Amino acid sequence: MDKLAQIASQLTEKRNLPEFKAGDTITVHFKIKEGDKERIQQYQGVVVQRKGTGVTKTFTVRKNSGGVGVERIFPDNSPFIDKIDVNKRGVVRRARIYYIRELTGKKARIKEKIVNTNA
Amino acid sequence: MTSLFSAAGKNIPCTIIEAGPCVVTQVKTVEKDGYNAVQLAFEERKEKHTSAAMKGHFEKANTTPKRKVVEFRHFTEERSTGETISVDLFNEGEFVDVIGTSKGKGFQGVVKRHGFSGVGMQTHGQHNRLRAPGSLGASSYPSRVFKGMRMAGRTGGARVKVQNLEVLKVIPEQNLIVVQGAIPGPKGSYVMIEK
Repeated sequence: MDKLAQIASQLTEKRNLPEFKAGDTITVHFKIKEGDKERIQQYQGVVVQRKGTGVTKTFTVRKNSGGVGVERIFPDNSPFIDKIDVNKRGVVRRARIYYIRELTGKKARIKEKIVNTNA
Repeated sequence: MTSLFSAAGKNIPCTIIEAGPCVVTQVKTVEKDGYNAVQLAFEERKEKHTSAAMKGHFEKANTTPKRKVVEFRHFTEERSTGETISVDLFNEGEFVDVIGTSKGKGFQGVVKRHGFSGVGMQTHGQHNRLRAPGSLGASSYPSRVFKGMRMAGRTGGARVKVQNLEVLKVIPEQNLIVVQGAIPGPKGSYVMIEK
């Protein structure tokens, strides 16, 4: 790690997010402020890409909301992310699955990766 | 550049700058030099790379040879030779100006260099003039191109001052300050910070 990145990571709090990559289905528990009340909203979808490095890393989550595709970009270090659940590990051949934007219905499914937990 | 999250959860773009410690190597006065200034030196330099003249200059201030020597005018406080100035000078929430040399861009056309809008159309008989500057002026009068007409040429690599950047953080242990936004020049370049 170069010196600048090292300093930058000192300035930000360490987050313990689970590891996930493009093709995985995740649920982001996102804190939303309404007036002075805070509540947690869940946003579930497929990870389209992981982008950036270090403290400026982000990920894009795509979901289908009432027939309309919605994509949301979250910074990894956002203090509004309460936690992230990984629901499914997907089998994809790309690091950025933009092709999923053109697909609908049965074609937009992603094969699930079988993770061997006994090993 | 990097980014920080504020207490309100806002993602703020920022730049980390190593500021100091600087040693005062000379104090210039109106009586002696015709103007007031404080000369600061920053970053160690190997003795074998320093000329004899500069060695003598640093010896006068009782310091080791330094890489960068810069004069600052308008210092509000009295400074004496040999004194060390560190990041303590800056406080969080203050606004500073940062002066540096911008990244060199080489020979560039008028669209990038001066923000011309180009010709604007790709069709209607247009074929290779999309980013052209257009007319340089009138014809028989004045019969010449005015001085200072903005044209293509070397871009960047010039002294640039960015004003009013907020100091987000001061880290005295590592001599660092974090300012909001971007500053001129590539990573690792030298800049001047003014309060």
